Amino acid sequence: MPMVEVAQVTKKYDGGFEALKGVDLAIEEGEILALLGPNGAGKTTLISIICGLVTPSGGDIRVGGHDVITGYRESRRLVGLVPQEINLEPFEKVLNTVRFSRGLFGLKRDDALIEDVLRRLSLWDKRNTPIRELSGGMKRRVLIAKALSHEPRVLFLDEPTAGVDVELRRDMWEIVADLKARGTTIILTTHYIEEAEAIADRIGVINHGRILLVEEKQSLMTRLGRKELRISLDAPLSALPAVLQGRGLELEEDGHMLVHSYDSTAERSGIARLMADLAAEGIAVRDVSTRQSSLEEIFVSMVHGSEDAA
Amino acid sequence: MNPRAIWAIYRYEMSRFFRTLMQSFLSPVISTSLYFVVFGAAIGSRIDEVEGVSYGAFIVPGLVMLSVISQAIANASFAIYFPKFIGTIYELLSAPVNFLEIVIGYVGAAATKALFIGTVILLTATLFVELHVAHPFAMVAFLLLTCISFSLLGFILGIWAGNFEQLQLVPLLVVTPLIFLGGSFYSISMLPPVWQTITLFNPVVYLISGFRWAFFGMADVPVGLSLLAIAGFTGLCLAVIWWIFRTGWRLRS
Repeated sequence: MPMVEVAQVTKKYDGGFEALKGVDLAIEEGEILALLGPNGAGKTTLISIICGLVTPSGGDIRVGGHDVITGYRESRRLVGLVPQEINLEPFEKVLNTVRFSRGLFGLKRDDALIEDVLRRLSLWDKRNTPIRELSGGMKRRVLIAKALSHEPRVLFLDEPTAGVDVELRRDMWEIVADLKARGTTIILTTHYIEEAEAIADRIGVINHGRILLVEEKQSLMTRLGRKELRISLDAPLSALPAVLQGRGLELEEDGHMLVHSYDSTAERSGIARLMADLAAEGIAVRDVSTRQSSLEEIFVSMVHGSEDAA
Repeated sequence: MNPRAIWAIYRYEMSRFFRTLMQSFLSPVISTSLYFVVFGAAIGSRIDEVEGVSYGAFIVPGLVMLSVISQAIANASFAIYFPKFIGTIYELLSAPVNFLEIVIGYVGAAATKALFIGTVILLTATLFVELHVAHPFAMVAFLLLTCISFSLLGFILGIWAGNFEQLQLVPLLVVTPLIFLGGSFYSISMLPPVWQTITLFNPVVYLISGFRWAFFGMADVPVGLSLLAIAGFTGLCLAVIWWIFRTGWRLRS
């Protein structure tokens, strides 16, 4: 049974805006799913519905087998939420706000657990500091500590690294990796492709309120990833010889670079034939390299494709 | 029921109160003293007695009600509006708590604060006038019911308010005039007959009258009617809050 099941979920706001148009999603226990999508795609609405902040217009959502409407107490006990905005009471101390979060979930005070959470997030030394005196990065950690204070089995991270510097982003990835190692199911929304590429097991792409795909990161990159063979030439070519035309080859860098795009999973890549033809034409090759399309390129082409379809 | 969640909310709210304890304590002491100086000494010296009670003592129940009602509304409305304003409401809405638990936590804390203020005012009043409470249990019951019911009203206002201006709007334009015109500083029997009838449409009259009865055994309206009015008001507020959480009005999109 999936940890989180979303079936045909729709959301139409009062103004008439349709944020979700029949979303289906199943998230397995212990995995990290990155939900990618441009601004306004429906990522935050979907998370907010699962967590109880937004009421769905239709569909079914279950967390750990519990319906989020009729069994909200059971489903919410399993879920921790780290919101996109830094929503914290500025005058409260770190320790108090984290303890409050645990109490809100109906759990007995557990100082050892709270200390462990704060230490893992490098917040223990700041436990008695008022939140307004913390840096932006530390405040984000406090949000995570609050979400972890009730030992959730599912953690939603809504744009956890939006607006943070590179170093802090990497720290955050380490925290996520640590949580996964402890068995927490993690769903994060992001529009940083490198984030999804770095930490996710599976990637979901959402746009215009529809899930475009959900797939294992590696298989997605292999399936959709185009590879390029970049051939550096000894002497520049002013134009492609007739024998090389019609194969999708391109000349770049003023004729010094010949670029051959191919499907890395196809039976024939055409590389051997290309190299033979170059030799036959007397075109000397200086160097050869290959490059795989990044997730970002895949994402951009997919989102543009959905926008064209819409 | 989730008693730990109720306790967490209550304790969190009370810790805010304790952070500004001196301010919370001094403010009612000073304002009550000023009322006694102005109404008790300056004006009260020209009024002998009201229905057999010295004017200074007569205004004590009204003064307590004035502060308790204002404080209950202010504390409860701020308590729920502030998380909305700074965004921390997300935590409450995503926690395994129902509307009753949230209300007990927030309203309980606001009512406790109002009760504290009411007690401070009563104690301050004893420095200026001699007070005898004819029906102490009824006095405590009226005080408690007023703290709770107006905290409920404040909670509704806090959810309704879209900005700080709106948060002040109803207390300033509706509640304060109703309290002042509800017999805080006079008996409604002192008014011309037409105004006596009009005043009976003011719900605060029933609270102050009942509370004053608990002190001096005299009332503008029957005590049973006062109890009925405050019970009805509490029930109405609870029904509105239940509806708010059921529909998510101003809380959930």
